[in-house]
Amino acid sequence: MSAEPLLFELSHPGRRAASLPAPDVPTRPLEELLPERLRRRRPPLLPEVSEVDLVRHFTALSRRNHGVDSGFYPLGSCTMKYSPKINEELAALPGFAELHPYQAEETVQGALALMYELERFLCELTGMARFSLQPAAGAHGELTGLLMIRAYHEQKGEGGVRRRVIVPDSAHGTNPASAALCGFEVVQVPSDRSGGVDVAALRRVLDGRTAALMLTNPNTLGLFEERILEIAHLVHEAGGLLYYDGANLNAILGVARPGDMGFDVVHLNLHKTFSTPHGGGGPGSGPVGVVQELVPFLPVPTVEKEGESWRLEYDRPLSIGKVKAFYGHFLVAVKAYAYILALGPQGLRAVSEDAVLNANYLLARLAPYFEVPYRRLCMHEFVLSGRRQKEKGVRTLDMAKRLLDYGFHAPTIYFPLIVEEALMIEPTETESKETLDAFIQAMIEIAREAEENPEKLRQAPHTLPVGRLDETEAARHPNLRWKPALEAGS
Amino acid sequence: MNFRPQTEADRKAMLEAIGLSAVQELFAGLPQEVLLDRPLDLPGPLSELELDRHLRELAARNQSARDYPCFLGAGAYDHFIPAVVRYVLARSEFYTAYTPYQAEISQGMLQAIYEYQSLICLLTGLEVANASLYDGATAVAEAALMAVAATGRSEVLVAEGVHPEYRQVLGTYARPRGVAVRTLPRQGGLLAPEDLRKALGPQTAAVIVQTPNFFGLLEDAPALGEVVAGSGALFVVCTNPISLGLLAPPGEYGADIAVGEGQPLGNPLGFGGPHLGFMACREKLVRRLPGRIVGATTDGRGRRGFVLTLQAREQHIRREKATSNICSNQALNALAAAVYLAALGPEGLREVAELCVQKAHYAQRVIEERAGLKPTFAGPFFHEFAVRCPADPEVVNRRLRERGLGGGVALGRWYPDLTSSLLFCCTEKRTRQEIDRLAEALGECQA
Repeated sequence: MSAEPLLFELSHPGRRAASLPAPDVPTRPLEELLPERLRRRRPPLLPEVSEVDLVRHFTALSRRNHGVDSGFYPLGSCTMKYSPKINEELAALPGFAELHPYQAEETVQGALALMYELERFLCELTGMARFSLQPAAGAHGELTGLLMIRAYHEQKGEGGVRRRVIVPDSAHGTNPASAALCGFEVVQVPSDRSGGVDVAALRRVLDGRTAALMLTNPNTLGLFEERILEIAHLVHEAGGLLYYDGANLNAILGVARPGDMGFDVVHLNLHKTFSTPHGGGGPGSGPVGVVQELVPFLPVPTVEKEGESWRLEYDRPLSIGKVKAFYGHFLVAVKAYAYILALGPQGLRAVSEDAVLNANYLLARLAPYFEVPYRRLCMHEFVLSGRRQKEKGVRTLDMAKRLLDYGFHAPTIYFPLIVEEALMIEPTETESKETLDAFIQAMIEIAREAEENPEKLRQAPHTLPVGRLDETEAARHPNLRWKPALEAGS
Repeated sequence: MNFRPQTEADRKAMLEAIGLSAVQELFAGLPQEVLLDRPLDLPGPLSELELDRHLRELAARNQSARDYPCFLGAGAYDHFIPAVVRYVLARSEFYTAYTPYQAEISQGMLQAIYEYQSLICLLTGLEVANASLYDGATAVAEAALMAVAATGRSEVLVAEGVHPEYRQVLGTYARPRGVAVRTLPRQGGLLAPEDLRKALGPQTAAVIVQTPNFFGLLEDAPALGEVVAGSGALFVVCTNPISLGLLAPPGEYGADIAVGEGQPLGNPLGFGGPHLGFMACREKLVRRLPGRIVGATTDGRGRRGFVLTLQAREQHIRREKATSNICSNQALNALAAAVYLAALGPEGLREVAELCVQKAHYAQRVIEERAGLKPTFAGPFFHEFAVRCPADPEVVNRRLRERGLGGGVALGRWYPDLTSSLLFCCTEKRTRQEIDRLAEALGECQA
């Protein structure tokens, strides 16, 4: 595959793709309408391309991109499951896609009803009392949840002292970053030898300064936190709240609910568990649910039902306010709503059963070839260590790049941070045994190559449009945009 | 419906490989007390046909911008989206991918985002742009926190003409960080340079203005920029990207950071989301930018390629010391924006902007002439304008709906002194006939 030029390199003065109608209103000279000194002197140097140029360019780019529809995508903690096509069609219906957020409530009853029902579904799935669909993504949900925790402590007169958020050393980076964004001090607790929270260490840091403990369960090692009830008890006893990072909910749908484990605040990633496609880096959606005590703090507006009509409620005096303009990623919510309805209660539970089955199958088949840092049944994902291969001079990065040659996306690598040379693998429930077997075969081949031909791995990938890219150079001398010739020469 | 390919035979073989005999044994490690001992109380399952019918029925209970002409703006705009934008977005290699962590297998999205960043820089006249933020509101909030970090100061000044919901979100983000937000009053709908001069102090980290502002008016941004220059504060300009087809780029009049809502660039209204926030800044601020940034580099054979770069700013590396907590952003919406801008080109963008200006000005004129409604403000405007109604604006809106017309945004909701004003918007999609109907109906509705 040859290199694809930049849009700007395809530009040819005088070409154009989109057409517009001529003005049908009497026009006036622009000088009369917009003051000269506020106007642009030169048009922006946007590319000038025909429609066919544009289509070929982006088609060429799409061929340089791997999605779930292209093949297996075992990216741990990202739940890259198949996204049903019907949901894309439904979210594109004009009755959803062409609604203005400030339309009168009478004209958007279907949309409000959908939001209201989706909220009920998420409550049932998690054991929470209410949800807000407003957060745009998982990290935004964390921010929203922590702001509510802060408001809760403030209302109890403890805002000044409860300044600490505890996160395990296996946590996603967004957890400490969100806590810091909310003005909390971050305290880290270590994991114990079985991969769970070190409860003794947790006891030592819990005190009157604790605002919350943030947990992912199953955790980022793919292991269920077996002492969760004890942990919840300890946190609550210390006056803190328990926060659930929903990145890994795909393991426990209909099996266990965060609310029943003692969690007080839950964020979900609709773009993971509920199959809304991730869009190559978003849009996601990160609804946040809370137990009854925290309901007053939910962001505005909430969706309320009165008789057979729905409305937006802004009059919530204890609310943390707004975290986003309008009402969240509504079109993403449409897809999640459709997904939940399509599967139904048994289907959702079966999702988790097959996701956990697929992960354990991969783990069992790969265990002879790679080091397994935690030898127990996993949930929907698991972590291997590339330590054995590292001794041969092959890093986990090399193995990840080599997997790309086999037509698979790589697992999440070097995360969680507590496992050396980590490979975090999440197959999801939508992959067949044949796909898993092909992946296992590729991994075994790679383990063999690490023994016999380590150089081949260190040079990988070999079959893609580009070889391994120089990230150090990219950071040292940032080239972050195309520059017009004049400027580039200056 | 069921999107799981495993058969019972597959499951049996897999369980055998694991050394188990039943799927339930996989969950044996969970404490008994947390196991859900009943089926979930949820509706479904639905077949694809039933699902399609149900969702279409819900959609039919909404009236969309296709059902009646939309004169609403205020942060979400009903622009025409060329088919080519939807075509590119429907390429599932893009939309079913995750964030491009493995660069070599994600060159398509990475190059597209690099192109998006370049386009945003060209539009705003600034030197670097990130890969997108959630929306215009969070982009304003992130810009404020960025300015606080860059200047070491603790106060942010925001013009009252900035979208009220953006200011609310700014407040939500600023409060826990101990950042004070002071709202600067308006005169005739605009921020007066004199008022800004008086408010600026040694603790001012950022001055945030929006132009065209919430009322559609053009702030005297160059004059405001001059006041900010040399004060040590950063000048943050929130703008509508379509307006930049005609208006001076913020980088030309002293903006340090330009942000805004990117929805008008090829993204549907979607009842408010997903949209995208764009952010561009001066090169010297690049290491303070929140979110993903794509950079060009080369492989071992000297071939050009693209990677996520400057990641030492980000949460997965820096954890609690990151510039922001953002992880997933709005990549697909940014892709739509890039395709839209490339489809229009420089001439097309200017045309869209000019159609908006001409139609909005025509509308303001005929509404005054035929309905007798006076403009609330006198200053120059882009494609939105407020008018004063003798009747209650909510009643007027209802009457307009009865006549098959979309209403305006009632300003009293956020501005207690503007309870009689309605804000209208005209994009290139509004026809003369629709505008004439609006003007006539508005006249009838005042009785």
